[in-house]
Amino acid sequence: MIQFEKVTKQYELGGEIVKAIDNVSLKINNGEFVGILGSSGSGKSTLMHMIGLLDNPSSGKIFIGNKDVSTLNDDEISKIRSEYIGFVFQQFNLVNQLSVLENVILPTVYSKKKLDFDPEQRATELLTRFGLFDRRNFFPNKISGGQQQRVAIARSLIMKPEILLADEPTGNLDSKTGSEILTLLNDLNKDTGVTVIIVTHDQSVAKKTKRQIFIKDGKVVSKYS
Amino acid sequence: MKNNKLYIFTLLKSSFEDFKRNKIRTILTSLGILIGVLSVVLLIALGVGLKNYISGTFESLGTNIVVVLPGKILGSNGSFRGGAQAVSPTEFDERDISALKKIKLSEYVVPIYQKSVTAKSIDKSEDSTIYLTSADYFPLRNYKTISGVLFTNSDTQKGAKKAVIGPKIAEKLFPNADASIGQTIEISDQRYKVVGVLESKGGGFGGPDFDSAIYIPYKSGIAFNPKKNFIGMYLKAGNSDTVAELKKEAEIIMDKRYKEDDYSIIEQTEILKAVTQIFSVLNTVLIAIGSISLLVGGVGIMNIMYASVTERTKEIGIRRAIGATRNDILFQFMAESVILSLFGGVMGLVLSGLIVLAVRSFFPASLNLLSVIIAISVSTFIGVFFGVFPARKAAKLSPIEAIRYE
Repeated sequence: MIQFEKVTKQYELGGEIVKAIDNVSLKINNGEFVGILGSSGSGKSTLMHMIGLLDNPSSGKIFIGNKDVSTLNDDEISKIRSEYIGFVFQQFNLVNQLSVLENVILPTVYSKKKLDFDPEQRATELLTRFGLFDRRNFFPNKISGGQQQRVAIARSLIMKPEILLADEPTGNLDSKTGSEILTLLNDLNKDTGVTVIIVTHDQSVAKKTKRQIFIKDGKVVSKYS
Repeated sequence: MKNNKLYIFTLLKSSFEDFKRNKIRTILTSLGILIGVLSVVLLIALGVGLKNYISGTFESLGTNIVVVLPGKILGSNGSFRGGAQAVSPTEFDERDISALKKIKLSEYVVPIYQKSVTAKSIDKSEDSTIYLTSADYFPLRNYKTISGVLFTNSDTQKGAKKAVIGPKIAEKLFPNADASIGQTIEISDQRYKVVGVLESKGGGFGGPDFDSAIYIPYKSGIAFNPKKNFIGMYLKAGNSDTVAELKKEAEIIMDKRYKEDDYSIIEQTEILKAVTQIFSVLNTVLIAIGSISLLVGGVGIMNIMYASVTERTKEIGIRRAIGATRNDILFQFMAESVILSLFGGVMGLVLSGLIVLAVRSFFPASLNLLSVIIAISVSTFIGVFFGVFPARKAAKLSPIEAIRYE
């Protein structure tokens, strides 16, 4: 479960205070398939970064499970990120110096907990499931965008996270490949029960999710406009 | 708990892939360290080699020797002193030799007078140093001939016009050592018959070149030494335990005739110590100068690591997003800096080894374990020291800002 309690994120920009997120309270339960929908500059990316613990709130509280994570230090936050949250980005964000297989394994390298699986075996299983077994020794720049995004999804799943956060996951893909990626995320949610949160500006993408949260001017609104 | 093997493998793989992508940059950066390590290691190698060479030469010239010289040569701390006290008009003569010979502990007492001369054979002429001494000089200095014989005590007393010459001058003046026996050499209109050629003892490199010297009985060289004085006297103790006592007894005798500051009695080990001290200081200064290039190499590493952190900001963000802590990032960049520096260090060491091997035939260089330890530890230290600042910059990056970086 993810819960935001009166969360505000503000920046100082040119001497003025700008509220990217303004007093937002929301709750996402385990196993949900949620879309966060907002236009450019609405604050949806800031919201996603705070859900993913990449950014701290200026005020308010964030709970992951029942744990208040808004007061944790950098190392503790890294640990939670590593164990509970998987990221999928619009730009895929794979590490170019590492092969496909090594990219998928990478989160286990940084994990501080004892793993109950063999990293290479699990990575190979995930790549096989996503049709990338024969690409496992390729470097990221040698495979297509759709394949890179599937590698990114495999990487986000290796630590068996409770939450999968996808930021415009289809933004850099053609519509057919984008649709395949959304189907894959949907299947994962159904099959494994992982909470999937897709952040997008695209209503057709958001419609594929089971619940939509609309963001406008840093606030949660009832309707997308 | 981290999977350490996987952690190190991934860390190394990332580093080497990055080096591979920036081959020229990696090589040039390592080159800075290579040059630094090369200069320091080579200077150590040459310094150690020269020191060993000097000690070896000293030992080959005889042991348990006490030298009597004019003036006060060594300071109270054992180092050579300069100034007026080191230069003295004192000259020794046969009375001193006779007095010193009374010391029971002295096996040999040998006078020395030396002069730079030009020696001529029938068709050749060569610059040399002539030593006026006694026959005891040879056993005192452990000299043996490779050809012919040594002149004898009787030759010394009679002032026989015989010469024993070093192997180098023998080959320069005559076709070879054997061919020089029985031949005549002419020095300042004085003619000497070559009776023996000595085995090689080395020397040179700024010190006396014993292999190019000419030795004659001191009584036969009055033409070179009309005042019949000596510039030094050698005494040899029967064994190493009696050297100090021999020195003390010689001092008592010398004090009867000379003032304390007019002469020095030095054990050979004291000279060796003083010479070694000079070389150590010289070597330290040279190594310090060589270290400047290491410092420059270190700054080069720092520069490249800062560039690498900027180039890889997005990658740092990605790694942070998938669970890397600040320390993981710090460690990654530190490791890359150390690998880069160590690579340069090892290459510098290998190159030094090859150079030492190449010059060994004509210069006494020697690569020892200390050089290896210094090269490895200094380049590791440089990697850590100059890598820590860029690595800290990388570790401090905010993950969200890093991941947005284009």
